[in-house]
Amino acid sequence: MALLEIRNVSRRFGELQAVDDVSLSIGAGEFFTLVGPSGCGKTTLLRLIAGFDAPDAGQLLLDGQELAGIPPEKRPVHTVFQSYALFPHMTVAQNVAFPLQMAGKSEDEISSRLKEALELVHLANKARQFPRELSGGQRQRVALARALINKPRLLLLDEPLAALDAKLREQITGELIALQREVGITFVFVTHSQQEALAVSHRIAVMNNGRIEQVGAPEQIYSYPRNRFVADFIGTINLLPVEVRATDHDGLRLFAAGLGEIVGTPIVGPSPGEQGAFAVRPEQLRIVTAGDLTELDNHFHGRIRDHLYLGDVTVYKIELENRVVLDAMLTNAVPGRARFLERGAPVAVGWQRDAGVYLRD
Amino acid sequence: MTKWLVSLPPTLFLVVFFLVPALLMVGASFQQPGDFGGLVPAMQDGQFTLSLETYRFFLGDWIYAEIFGRSFLVAAATTLICLLLAYPLALLIARSGQRHRNLLVLLVILPLASNFLIRIYAWIILLGPVDLLYTPFAVIAGMVYVHLPFMVLPLYNNLEQHDPALLEAAQDLGAGTWTRFWRITLPLSLPGIWAGSALVFIPVLGMFAIPELLGGTRDLLIGNLIKEQFLDNRDWPLGSTLSLLLTVAVLALAGLSARAGRLRRGRA
Repeated sequence: MALLEIRNVSRRFGELQAVDDVSLSIGAGEFFTLVGPSGCGKTTLLRLIAGFDAPDAGQLLLDGQELAGIPPEKRPVHTVFQSYALFPHMTVAQNVAFPLQMAGKSEDEISSRLKEALELVHLANKARQFPRELSGGQRQRVALARALINKPRLLLLDEPLAALDAKLREQITGELIALQREVGITFVFVTHSQQEALAVSHRIAVMNNGRIEQVGAPEQIYSYPRNRFVADFIGTINLLPVEVRATDHDGLRLFAAGLGEIVGTPIVGPSPGEQGAFAVRPEQLRIVTAGDLTELDNHFHGRIRDHLYLGDVTVYKIELENRVVLDAMLTNAVPGRARFLERGAPVAVGWQRDAGVYLRD
Repeated sequence: MTKWLVSLPPTLFLVVFFLVPALLMVGASFQQPGDFGGLVPAMQDGQFTLSLETYRFFLGDWIYAEIFGRSFLVAAATTLICLLLAYPLALLIARSGQRHRNLLVLLVILPLASNFLIRIYAWIILLGPVDLLYTPFAVIAGMVYVHLPFMVLPLYNNLEQHDPALLEAAQDLGAGTWTRFWRITLPLSLPGIWAGSALVFIPVLGMFAIPELLGGTRDLLIGNLIKEQFLDNRDWPLGSTLSLLLTVAVLALAGLSARAGRLRRGRA
């Protein structure tokens, strides 16, 4: 049985349908991420789980028990707030021990578990300091230790990395994964950053306009987005408007205006004449400067219009016939190859039929 | 350099109109009263006239200590009652919607816009028919009434700045309504409590109009005593001594409470 069951939950604020008929099932020990643009309803959903807000319709069940009517202080659910919300008048030790005091634990138990928790987040030597004396990353770890110390059934994390700079964010992302594995507590993580979502999660739910667009493992969501929104929001992708020509046993035959025919993996559903998009990731494209790529199912000619040097990879903008532009990404694995393809250079670009997916409108 | 130039006028003002009179007062406490008020010069007819006479006088009669004690008691009671009344009010204002806040604050300070004496006379009219006029109750009620806004404003100013996320975090971590107040709101509002208490306690200690108008003959406070020395008894040296001792007592109290605050934080 799932640890947390969300059944047809809705929440409306005036005209805004913040959460719209959402159903989710989150398992014990899972690192589950809600990702979406700001205003997609992910934070509202988190507040419904924490108990700061109540749904207009639907049910929330934790361990099979209905959560409606149980106030936040009685739920075995703790939250790491975006601002961390550390108590400024308490030391690190007092902050972290707070939930144990609230639970009425004995002094002995508090002091031993406090030591354990501070060691878990590498802050044992900061116990007597006040939050204002700590760096952003340290505060973040205090917030984590405080939310974890009383072993909640569920830990909610509301954009906990948003206030950190990029380098620290990367480091703490790694620590977060290790921490979750170590404590074995279910994490529900909210973020607007698709990279963070892909990096940390066992499963991701992509949200938009209060609805869940797709739920799945990171690689599943990345490789097989179910619709244009997911394809576009997670990572970067080339979206070519196409019309379905035919579907038969040896492929899905699509027609892209100005380009010609594109072959995709055969799937059940699309019928000839239907409009949609063909989506293919930049790293799935192959580029050669001389000759054709006739060995690939789809191949075209074009010119390099621009490139974006990112250090580890370079993204080339390739202009095909009829001004269709594709992004292609090449890793800079060979020293000196980074600017190998100059602007205006003629190239051939191609991909196998299973490199991309057809998305219905 | 600019910093010094800009701060020169207010510094001069304070030195001339605050420090100099304060020092004059210290000097006066050792001088002799003139026959019709004023002071006998420190040197007269080649004779040195300074003495500790007023201090001996103060220590020689227990009535002064009693009046000092009563004044501190009245000030403490007024401060406590103001705090108990002002805290819920300040909390209510701080937690109400942004649009209502300014209106509510305006209502709190509105009484200050009318004349102080007129408001005290209004209390005479109020308390007269119920037989409470000229009692300690009337004095404290009047003191609380006049000083309440000075407790509400610093408290509100403090409470309004609390991050609401802190209370949510406390609730999330298992704290009920009362625990959230005792563990989060109250400790965070201590600076506001201290500021409000100082703004009430110190003026009440020196207040003479309210006890004179609302209190009985047994409700005289230090303020009345000092006023009497200057206006009625023409004993400026004794008045100066009383003022000086009052100032010293207030400073000692402030020092002690600051020290207590540091100790508390040190232990935490």
